[in-house]
Amino acid sequence: MTPFTMLTGVAAPLDRSNVDTDAIIPKQFLRKIERTGFGKHLFHEWRFTDYEGTKENPDFILNKEPFRRAPILLARDNFGCGSSREHAPWALYDHGFRCIIAPSFADIFYNNCIKNGILLVTLKSDEVDELFAVSAFGASGLIAVDLEKQVVNAAGKKFHFKIDAFNKECLLKGLDQIGWSLQFAGKIDEYEAALAAQKPWVI
Amino acid sequence: MPKTMYQKIWDAHVVNEGENGAAALIYVDRHLIHEVTSPQAFDGLRVAGRKARCPKKTFATMDHNVPTRSRDLALAGEASRLQITQLQKNCAEFGIKCFDLADEDQGVVHIIGPELGITQPGMVIVCGDSHTATHGAFGSLAFGIGTSEVEHVLSTQTLQQKISKTMLINVNGRLDNGVTPKDVILYIIGLIGTAGATGYVIEYAGSTIADMSMEGRMTVCNMSIEAGARGGMIAPDEVTYTYLQGRDYSPKGKNWVNAVAYWKTLKSDVGAKFDKVINIKAEAIAPQVTWGTSPGQVVNVDAAVPAPESFKDPVAQSAARNALKYMDLKAGIKMTDIRIDVVFIGSCTNGRIEDLRAASVVVKGKEVAQGVQAIIVPGSGRVKRQAEKEGLDKVFIAAGFEWRHAGCSMCLAMNDDQLTPGQRCAATSNRNFEGRQGPGGRTHLVGPEMAAAAAITGRITDIREFMKRGK
Repeated sequence: MTPFTMLTGVAAPLDRSNVDTDAIIPKQFLRKIERTGFGKHLFHEWRFTDYEGTKENPDFILNKEPFRRAPILLARDNFGCGSSREHAPWALYDHGFRCIIAPSFADIFYNNCIKNGILLVTLKSDEVDELFAVSAFGASGLIAVDLEKQVVNAAGKKFHFKIDAFNKECLLKGLDQIGWSLQFAGKIDEYEAALAAQKPWVI
Repeated sequence: MPKTMYQKIWDAHVVNEGENGAAALIYVDRHLIHEVTSPQAFDGLRVAGRKARCPKKTFATMDHNVPTRSRDLALAGEASRLQITQLQKNCAEFGIKCFDLADEDQGVVHIIGPELGITQPGMVIVCGDSHTATHGAFGSLAFGIGTSEVEHVLSTQTLQQKISKTMLINVNGRLDNGVTPKDVILYIIGLIGTAGATGYVIEYAGSTIADMSMEGRMTVCNMSIEAGARGGMIAPDEVTYTYLQGRDYSPKGKNWVNAVAYWKTLKSDVGAKFDKVINIKAEAIAPQVTWGTSPGQVVNVDAAVPAPESFKDPVAQSAARNALKYMDLKAGIKMTDIRIDVVFIGSCTNGRIEDLRAASVVVKGKEVAQGVQAIIVPGSGRVKRQAEKEGLDKVFIAAGFEWRHAGCSMCLAMNDDQLTPGQRCAATSNRNFEGRQGPGGRTHLVGPEMAAAAAITGRITDIREFMKRGK
């Protein structure tokens, strides 16, 4: 996993609540056995006017400059709800997003993003409103995210955010989480021995 | 100190407490996998040279993109066929039991887990699918995970987890005629909102829940994710033990006696503290139907499509406007005046034998309305065989329904069962998101009886009126 430390760029404003993972990456693009190549299908139904994905919808934010390659996505409440598909963060990452800022995120989506090196920043609704206003300045509406200091800087203001210490460390170091867990292999052995003795029906 | 059921199960599964802000390591008793969210996890294992730690604790099936018209994989398309065959290969390589298309017990992962007795009380059960909370109906802690976590479970049999907050939802009283477990959970989601339980594990309790069959309880827990919850659970009781006794993977003999004794200790203690408590009267719940593109956009079936201005929150107003536009509906029209093109009965929410029985009672001796396509997709091979034994297939076919093989089918439309743009469907599934049942398709979520009634009348139908009039 690529570490996340600091990021500065424009933020594409997606002004909808309850954006679900079906919208982020529709089901017809899940039939792959690789983790790569999902970016071109990101927000397919909104981004394109045809099923094949050849005609861009000019009204969709990611089809407008300077947001085509924005590294930050601004969103509303309950972003990433619905299906647990990790193809959603894979598509967001592949498209170029490294950070999403919203008032709230769905639970499974949050975990999936952290495991793929995407920082999710939760701010209060009125703070997110302010960032939407900053994004309206287009290319000059730069937003800077500093994970170490847990702060978003925009238009001369600082917005502090909270993040779980372990998730923060994983992101900062780009940690292999399976490797981290395997340091407790001895404890897993002990747990399994006790389980076999106490609850043998849990084969 | 009195403990909640969630806390008891959590405590029994901690392998390592999280020190200095780290997540705890939680042991996973049962891991269910399917063809869509597992291939990249197996790939990850191979790249890192890791093995599956406990392959006997993982069970696989193929459900998301399998064809339901026949078992011919050519129908699935090349990409789906590759995912399906890749799962078989991965299971063979890592030593995992796979209920594949040739297995008579293949089916939707959340239907076959319980019916085979793989799902048991007190367990931690995970699956790369958000409707895993279904298994919580047995008093287990069950939740959906992503593919990276699937890989993590395969290689360590644990997950890194933070403890969730707890929400108790009490439903007490008798449900009116025509009101089903599906209506109970849709009502709850409408009440608390699609993010109302984010960060929580819900425990459903009260006399209404206790009076439900295991299948009804599964329908309720299944849609916990639609309220944002990590999981939903119901304390095990005699209904649970009766359901489980004698199933393929249920404990046998002395193990059964000891297991039941343990399961009886799981229920939340008197005086246990929940972070949030919600009390609902069963009598307040009418049959529900969704009007929008989020499961929380739901009303009583005898109500009208709400006006966006009727919502206080400006974000909800704009969501309602988007939804009405997508659904091609006008505020103020009666839900029962909405015509439908397709009816889908199936899914992990309502694809079990009791759902099919209930639907068959509604359609018996009647005919599907002209121009309506109605399909029944049993949740598993076992559900299908049982229904055929009872002659339900004949009732459905005589009425003009299509009788399919088991799979997820038109719940998420990954196979060839899809709405065409603009088509409107009464569906017993769990999500009415834009494009969920096919690009441009429009979904109204209902229970199995109301879906069956909609097939006969060709419009959204109040089951209470339908049963009264007999049509």
